[in-house]
Amino acid sequence: MNRVVITGIGAWSCLGKTLDEVKESLFTGKSGIIFDPARKEMGYRSALTGFVERPQLKGLLDRRQRIGMAEPAEYAYMATLEALKVAGIEPDFMDKNEVGIIYGNDSVAGATIEANDIVRAKKDTTLLGSGAIFQTMNCTATMNLSTIFKLKGINYTLGAACASGSHSIGMGYLMIKWGLQQQVICGGTQEINNYTFGAFDGLSAFSIKEDEPGKASKPFDKDRDGLIPSGGAATVILESLESAQKRGATILAEVLGYGFSSNGEHISNSSVNGQTRSLAMALRESNIQAKEVDYINAHATSTPGGDRVEAQAICSIFGEHNTPVSSTKSMTGHECWMAGASEIVYSTLMMQNDFIAPNINFENPDEDSRKLNIIAETKKANLTTILSNSFGFGGTNSTLIIKKFT
Amino acid sequence: MTEAEIIKTVNGFLVEEFEVDEAKITPEANLKETLELDSLDYVDLVVVIESNFGFKVKGEDFTTIHTFSDFYNYCYKKVQEKEVA
Repeated sequence: MNRVVITGIGAWSCLGKTLDEVKESLFTGKSGIIFDPARKEMGYRSALTGFVERPQLKGLLDRRQRIGMAEPAEYAYMATLEALKVAGIEPDFMDKNEVGIIYGNDSVAGATIEANDIVRAKKDTTLLGSGAIFQTMNCTATMNLSTIFKLKGINYTLGAACASGSHSIGMGYLMIKWGLQQQVICGGTQEINNYTFGAFDGLSAFSIKEDEPGKASKPFDKDRDGLIPSGGAATVILESLESAQKRGATILAEVLGYGFSSNGEHISNSSVNGQTRSLAMALRESNIQAKEVDYINAHATSTPGGDRVEAQAICSIFGEHNTPVSSTKSMTGHECWMAGASEIVYSTLMMQNDFIAPNINFENPDEDSRKLNIIAETKKANLTTILSNSFGFGGTNSTLIIKKFT
Repeated sequence: MTEAEIIKTVNGFLVEEFEVDEAKITPEANLKETLELDSLDYVDLVVVIESNFGFKVKGEDFTTIHTFSDFYNYCYKKVQEKEVA
């Protein structure tokens, strides 16, 4: 079995477009949430959203490379470009080795709706152009990135709702652990256009604290009233320890273990039992005890029901150890398909820079969150072992544990 | 549209949409080779022609278009037909 390490990270996020910007936002507790009037005009109940800039790819990529890229692929490209740079992986290396890609994504609503609008108006599918097919498939990110970077290893998109990014890292980890791959580009990407979140908004799942966007996401707080949709992309370069050492790469962290479970219950409600099984499996697979975890990056999205269940699940395993917990979604909003990957990037930045990012807007606990050690202000801490939770609709749960490399 | 306007429009979208180096565009140059067209690019050429001139190219029409000059003439003829109609 191979040991699996992280040698590159990158993010295109509402907290910043470079790792330095993201680190600074995490440290200072800066929110990336805005009020978007266009959503109100479209009939959204909540106009709150993470703000992510569309990257300008002209000049970076030629026309043929760009034309099939929908928004998720654009974000994924930018995050991956940065992660590969951090990892020191050059095009020549990718050309000569079987580097893989497993990336989380679960929608291309924007590109799909825009394409169908053209067909409705023109009554002619040819007038969609050649890029539409590659934009409207859910694997738009992996299809385009594998072509651009000339990847020759495993190549697929993983769709698992809001745990997509986390599971993609888990699957990349297993591929390398079992010796099937030496390097895998993992990550998650989330479109953020105004077509994407209508159905989710329709469930009244989003916060309507629109007066102060930066204060609306309140994971674990007793006055939380819903999540805030967000997006962008995050990339994590996984590599076997042998490959990383052979290349002389800087090792940012080691992936110790991956736990997962399915609730087997309700399509949208969380489950203490399901989440607890995922947490326990991650600890078991990592061969560590709960007390060895220095920090938990919670899934907590700021919904009344979801945060309550996660608090109970964390408490059932970590309660006696008073493990520090925060949800970076208090700053980012819910990055959905991207979240599991971005939160590994955020956690790695905390590990590298010796701090715990705050669970901003946490003012008053409820009866479940009062049993957790929630970090509401930035805290200096030497973090050796971090656990990151991601849960999704359909009852899919994923838990990753990373450790400082020694 | 005059022939000169057609040429200006065609060159404009080839430079803008297809990112062709304007210096490489001459009446005698081969369209497919200069634009490095593959089967997917022809679909995009159909789209830009429709959006700029309002007519739909048939795939088989491309078989008789070799040079930029052929392309200008083809577009001019089609636009004329459309304007007369």
